[in-house]
Amino acid sequence: MQLLLSFSSPKTFYPLAGKLLPWFAALAVVLTAIGLYLGFFVAPSDYKQGESYRIIFVHVAAAWMSMFIYVVMAGWSAVGMIWNTKLSDMMAGALAPTGALFAFIALWTGALWGKPTWGTYWIWDARLTSELILLFLYIGYIALRSAIDDPRRAARASALLAIVGVINVPIIYFSVRWWNTLHQGASVSPTMAPKMAETMLLAMFVMAVAFWMYTIAVVLARVRSEILERESTSAWVAETVLGTRA
Amino acid sequence: MNWASWSDFLAMGGYAFYVWGSYAVTAVLMIVEVIFVMRRRRDVLVRLARTVSAEQNEGNSDESA
Repeated sequence: MQLLLSFSSPKTFYPLAGKLLPWFAALAVVLTAIGLYLGFFVAPSDYKQGESYRIIFVHVAAAWMSMFIYVVMAGWSAVGMIWNTKLSDMMAGALAPTGALFAFIALWTGALWGKPTWGTYWIWDARLTSELILLFLYIGYIALRSAIDDPRRAARASALLAIVGVINVPIIYFSVRWWNTLHQGASVSPTMAPKMAETMLLAMFVMAVAFWMYTIAVVLARVRSEILERESTSAWVAETVLGTRA
Repeated sequence: MNWASWSDFLAMGGYAFYVWGSYAVTAVLMIVEVIFVMRRRRDVLVRLARTVSAEQNEGNSDESA
């Protein structure tokens, strides 16, 4: 409970985030290096796709993160709506740009993988279209927040958008099962034995965890700036600002 | 080891454009995001430091008056 309380107050969260940030950043760098090494030097060539399949190490990790970040964003939005806490709104807002980034990366790398594998960069199939909608949801969320000047109203309106839009996430995830799509079915699922070589899977997981650590580091940094801006009139921010510059 | 040579590695079995196109764009975007986040923090600190010291000066001049 003590920990939860310290999370909900910007004043105590600011230094806590500052302490945690370098660890997540370091983990992100180290895990990315390991993941790339596994992906390029340990994992064997795919017997069907040759070397083009190596795109999946970044593609799958980015696609997972784009969905996961959205769910977390909607979660913080719900917390903010129910308990009216400022920090949860800041967390939700700080997640959106990184979520949009990963949604774009998922689409970009998917297109570059699709061309040699399917023969096309883009097709309006269920998986691709719903991922594109996810990108638009992120962009709409960011645009909505910046369009409303009053932070309380911006928080309410954007939280509502985030919560309603979360319906799109299971649609993306299950699209390959519900519809006949060009996109292949899940390579990894909790209920089936994986269809990939172990080293390929390992590289994919390490990259996913690396992106996860990257996200936490970037979001913590963004929230810290946001806290300083929104709490700029309070005494502790004045002290912090002068202390950091000195 | 998957690669016979450095150029073999760069060629990616003929898929160099697709593989390196994916990794390069991903790397650039992530690095740019980090730069944006760091720059924003610096801007916020500079701006707030200016207002804080301006307020302090105001307070001092009020006392002396």
